[in-house]
Amino acid sequence: MKTRAKAIPDVGPITAAQEFVGRSPGRFAWERLRRDRTAIVTGSMLAAFLVIALAAPLIELLYGIGPHEQFQHELDSFGMPLGVAGGISGEHWFGLEPGLGRDIFIRMVYGLRTSLVIAISAATITTTLGVVAGVVAGYLGRWSDTVIGWLIDFALAMPFLIVALAVAPTVALRFYDERDEVPAEFQAIVLVTIFAVFGWAGTARLVRGQVISLREREFVDAARASGAGVGHILFRELLPNLWAPILVSYSLAVPAYITAEAALSFLGIGMLEPTPDFGRMIDRSLGYLQTDPAYVFFPGITIFAVVFAFNLFGDALRDALDPRSSRSPLP
Amino acid sequence: MTQPLLSVQGLTKHFPTRSGGPVRAVDGVDFEVRSGESLGLVGESGCGKSTTGRMMVRLLEPTDGRIVFNGRDITHLRRSALRPLRRDLQIIFQDPYASLNPRQTVGRIVAMPMQVNSIQPVGGINKRVQELLETVGLDPRHHNRYPHEFSGGQRQRVGIARALALSPKLIVADEPVSALDVSIQAQVISLLRTLQRDLGVAYLFIAHDLAVVRHVCQRVAVMYLGRIVEIGDRDDIYERPQHPYTRALLSAIPDPAVLEPAGRLRLTGEVPSPQNPPSGCPFRTRCWLARERCGIEMPALVARDNGRQLTACHFPISEPLR
Repeated sequence: MKTRAKAIPDVGPITAAQEFVGRSPGRFAWERLRRDRTAIVTGSMLAAFLVIALAAPLIELLYGIGPHEQFQHELDSFGMPLGVAGGISGEHWFGLEPGLGRDIFIRMVYGLRTSLVIAISAATITTTLGVVAGVVAGYLGRWSDTVIGWLIDFALAMPFLIVALAVAPTVALRFYDERDEVPAEFQAIVLVTIFAVFGWAGTARLVRGQVISLREREFVDAARASGAGVGHILFRELLPNLWAPILVSYSLAVPAYITAEAALSFLGIGMLEPTPDFGRMIDRSLGYLQTDPAYVFFPGITIFAVVFAFNLFGDALRDALDPRSSRSPLP
Repeated sequence: MTQPLLSVQGLTKHFPTRSGGPVRAVDGVDFEVRSGESLGLVGESGCGKSTTGRMMVRLLEPTDGRIVFNGRDITHLRRSALRPLRRDLQIIFQDPYASLNPRQTVGRIVAMPMQVNSIQPVGGINKRVQELLETVGLDPRHHNRYPHEFSGGQRQRVGIARALALSPKLIVADEPVSALDVSIQAQVISLLRTLQRDLGVAYLFIAHDLAVVRHVCQRVAVMYLGRIVEIGDRDDIYERPQHPYTRALLSAIPDPAVLEPAGRLRLTGEVPSPQNPPSGCPFRTRCWLARERCGIEMPALVARDNGRQLTACHFPISEPLR
C-alpha cells in the first residue's frame, strides 16, 4: 500500500465534474487576456482611473481641498502661483492654476470624473443604439435594412465638428438665457446626445455585417426548424456570437469619446466653467505656456495616459477575443 | 392501405432573379415517404435536393405545390400552427461545423428544441439530454463541453441528438455524411440505420453519394434539374435503372460490382441552367439516347410494364444492369 501511494505522487482525486467541464470560448478569451502583459498593465491603469473618478468626493475629503476653492494668497501680483513649477507643494500636489488659484490636482480628479461619465454614457448609448439598429437591419433585412442603411450613410456623411459647433451653443440658448449659467448636467446631456446621434452608425454597420454572416449559418436554421421565434434566435443564438465585436467596439469607443469631449470643451462648446474638465484646463493653460508650463503638463499627460490605456486595452481585448486577427505570431 | 407519413405533390420553388426569369430550383416534384421508411434523394449538386429538403422543414417557402405531413397540409401553415408538427419533423444538416452554435454547450444545443417548444420530458431536460447523447454514442458526461472540443463525426452525432430530441417521425437528413471522413461516414451511417431500426424514424435522406444511399434507403428518387427523373425501390433503381441519367450516375460509383458492362458512362457538357432549362426533357442535352421527340415533349413520370418504378423518359432502357 505504502509503495503504491508513493508511486503516484501529488495527483489529487479527479472528480467527474473537474474532468468533464468544457471551456467556453469566453473562458478561453479571458485566459488569453490574463496572459497578455499589456492587457494586465492597461487594465489595472483603467481600473485605477475608474476608482479615482468614482471616489472623487472621498479624495476631496482626504485631500482637504475642493475643486472650486481659490488660493489667491498663494499667487503673486501677476496672478502666477508662488513657488516652483506652478506652485507644487505638499499641500497642492500638482500646483495651482494661474489667475484663479484653484488646486490643479483636485480639479483633475473631478475632470476625470466628468470625462469618464460623459465618455462611458456616450459609448453605452451609442453601442446600444448601434446594436439594436444593426441587428434589426441585419436580421429582418428588406425595407428595414434599406432605411437603416440609408440612416447609417447619412450619419457617417455628416461633418461631426461643424454640426457640433452649430448645435451645442444653440441648444443651450434655446433653454437658457445668455446671461444664465448653464448647468453642467445640461451641457453633459447635450454632448452625449450629439455623440449618440453620430456614433451609433459605426457600431450598427459592424453589427449588421456580423448578423448577416451569422444569419445564414446552419445553427440558426436548426433553431428555426425547431420552431424557435425571433426572440430566441436573436438572444440565444445570435447575440452570444456578437459579444466579442461589440465589446471591442465599445472599448475603443470610450477613448474616442474622451478625446472628442475634451476637444469640444477645448473649443468652448463642451463643458463650461466652472465645471472641472480636461479640455477646459488645457484651453486655459495654453495662455500660460511660456510662464507656467507645469499647468499644461499634468492634464495633458493624464488625458494622454487615459486614452492610451483604453486604446491598448481595446486592442488586447480584440486579440484575446479573436486570436486569428492577432498581429503577433503565436508563441 | 395506410396513408403515407409525408406526401409531396407538385412541389415547386422558384427563386426570383434580377436578370431574366426565375431560377427553377425545384420544378414540380412528387414523392411519398411512408412511416419508418427512408427515401433517398440523389442527384448532382444544384439539382434541387437540398432545396426540397429545406422546404420540408419550412426553412424555405414553396412557390407552389403541396406538402402533406401526417394527413395535414403544412405547405403554408404559420409558425405557431406549425409548432406542434415540428416535434415530428426535424432536420440534420450537412456541415457539422456550421450547424452547432459555437457559444453554447453541447447540452444546451441538444436541449434547444425542447426549450423552444416548452417541452418538459419525464425526469427533466438534463436527464433527457444525457439519454440522447448516449443514444448517439457520445459520453453523456460531455454535455458541458463546447462544440470546438469535438471532432467532426462527434459534432454530427450532436446534430443527430438535437434532431432526435423531440422524438420525430421524420428526419430530413441533408447530406449528413458528405462533410465527414470516409471512416467516420460509416460510423454515422450505421448510427442512422440503428436509430431507424430502434426508434422507427423515417428519413428523407439527401445525398449525392449513391453508395451511401444504397446502405440507408429502402426507396430512392433521382433528381435532375429540379425534377424527379426516376423513383423506385432500392433494388429496382440499383439493378434495373431505366433512366439514362440514373445509369450514368450509377456508373460513377467506383465499385467494380455495379459497373456497366461497357464501363463508365461519361456525361459530356454542363448541367443546363435552371434559369433557362431546355425544352422537353431536361436531360436531353446530355443524353446519348435523345431523339427529336425529347426536345418537344416533356416525359411524364410513369410506371412501365406494371412495375412499381416510375421513370420520366421517352426511351427508357429495359435491360437490367450486368
